[in-house]
Amino acid sequence: MGSVSTYFENVKNAAVTIFEGMAVTLSWMFRRPITIQYPDRTPEPVKDTLPDRFRGILEVHIPACTACSACARACPIDVILVETQKHPSGKGRLLMRFDIDISKCMYCGLCTEACPTGCLRHTPVFEATGRDIHNLVVHFVDGPVVPYKHKKGRPVPASPPPGDIVQALLKPWDAEYVAWSPGEFVERDAGGGDGEKGAASPGKVEGGATGSGSG
Amino acid sequence: MGDFFEYLKSQWSFAQEHPALAFFLLVVGYGIVMIGFFSAFAGPVTWVERRVAGRMQCRIGPNRVGPHGFLQWLADGLKNFLKEDLIPNAADKILFRIAVYPVFAGVFLTFVVLPLGPWIVGADLSVGVVYLLAVTALVVTGIIMSGWASNSKWSLLGGIRSAAQMVSYEVAAGMALLTAIIPAGSLSFQDIIEHQGGWPWQWLVVYSPATFLAFFVYFTASLAEGNRTPFDLPEAESELVAGYNTEYSGMRFLFFAFAEWANLYVIGAVITAVFLGGWRIPGVDIATQTNNIWLQFAGAAIFLTKASVLVFVTIWLRWTLPRLRVDQLMLMCWKYFVPFGIGLVVLSLFWQVLAAAVPTWVTSAISVLLTLAGAALVAGMFWRAWYNIRAGKDAPVYTWLI
Ligand code: SF4
Ligand code: SF4
Repeated sequence: MGSVSTYFENVKNAAVTIFEGMAVTLSWMFRRPITIQYPDRTPEPVKDTLPDRFRGILEVHIPACTACSACARACPIDVILVETQKHPSGKGRLLMRFDIDISKCMYCGLCTEACPTGCLRHTPVFEATGRDIHNLVVHFVDGPVVPYKHKKGRPVPASPPPGDIVQALLKPWDAEYVAWSPGEFVERDAGGGDGEKGAASPGKVEGGATGSGSG
Repeated sequence: MGDFFEYLKSQWSFAQEHPALAFFLLVVGYGIVMIGFFSAFAGPVTWVERRVAGRMQCRIGPNRVGPHGFLQWLADGLKNFLKEDLIPNAADKILFRIAVYPVFAGVFLTFVVLPLGPWIVGADLSVGVVYLLAVTALVVTGIIMSGWASNSKWSLLGGIRSAAQMVSYEVAAGMALLTAIIPAGSLSFQDIIEHQGGWPWQWLVVYSPATFLAFFVYFTASLAEGNRTPFDLPEAESELVAGYNTEYSGMRFLFFAFAEWANLYVIGAVITAVFLGGWRIPGVDIATQTNNIWLQFAGAAIFLTKASVLVFVTIWLRWTLPRLRVDQLMLMCWKYFVPFGIGLVVLSLFWQVLAAAVPTWVTSAISVLLTLAGAALVAGMFWRAWYNIRAGKDAPVYTWLI
């Protein structure tokens, strides 16, 4: 091809491609944007649109936790803190503390795979914030509790709908930071059979219902 | 302005008694009204630009401040007012401070000659087109100043690029304007507009094939002069941070942006005046339009509508085309636009000789044919756009917003 024809070919190409390009962009003027206007102008709450296996903020259903620390060992970045102690009676252990730092968690799900009872799970909750980053550490245990122990024939305590436990524990964004301190130890049925009742208020030992307390 | 003053004198005894004072008041008043008017034009254009950009990129754009986000430009302006006016330590402080004004003045001085009606014009200079080319060159002074005074590599590169680009494209723009000026036979914007008619086939753009092509050449060249995408190399974000205005903040930064958007209107207005019939109303002759103040305003509305359509096209182009490389930019100017411009001027001259020799119906027929070609171009664009919409999955929405 001669250089003159290349020259005019270039001019023609420029004109045609600009024309076609403008037709494409113009056509997008008449299409609905795909933007989802989170959080306040979504057609339905975003929570309801999440996929089934969405990995949101973790929660633990304490009445079903065996305090085995498998989750804490599985976590590659040490997000989970499980503290246990010998039971004062000398037999068995006590779960002293169960913290998950959701500001550190990367939602990989390795801990949930390690959990033998399935009491540690991801929830559809994903909205959490705080003026003080320490407020994003969720304390699932208020005071020492007797961990769950599996016995043949006894079902694992049923858990509330996913998300309810952690949602109740998340602090408002502007809450003052108060250092966590363990509550009083209240003895509970060593079998952990009190699970159903504990489900109503996760992580707390219901003193009145659990029989004799001992210091 | 002079004609309008004569009219005022006949209506208003104060103007008869103190003509100098009245004229001064009139000019100052016109200046204030014009600057206010085009500030109020440049502001919403930023909103339009962002909304259009959003829709063309399948997103929404600003839609929170005011109805459909219309007041976003006010919010942004206010925010910039409240920002600190930072001046870098190593900057040339005086130059840095004054660099904004040539840019701003260069754009706003063009409003002196851009007419909105037979009387609604700052001054009908006999060398209007030359004046326009001269004052827009002020912008480049300001941009180089800001680039140099910032004492930053990004800014300097942006400023130098801008200078190279503006100086080169001014040649092409001048050639393209000249092509249209030859048939009009005058450098005054009012004369050029009066030479055209109200109907599309009486416009200069379809006067001859030369002016038809000159329209596109001028449009592109003025985009390059106004630093608009695809020629926004002076502020190429991907390589120069923000170009010449990298170091600016607060109000000074706002003034650069403001001048850029006001310039958008200038591009549209010059093309409207020179190529697209200006303020002429279809089917109304000049004498009628001059003597009726309401028709003058109607003419102004027509002028602004045409200019706004061109502003939309400019925005549309910006969100269609990627930025050119520097060498491509120069190649385009010197290898394509300048030779084309020269060719068009020569063709236009020949056309004048030819048009004088052939009967009038021949030139009229050619004008009508060129009008049809222009209409076919617009129709073809919509047809292609419709084709693209149908190629997409979802049904088209014709509402502007969600
Ligand atoms: S999801 Fe991953 S990062 Fe988060 S606590 Fe579990 S193991 Fe650790
Ligand atoms: S949450 Fe699961 S893995 Fe972690 S300590 Fe409790 S039972 Fe073990």
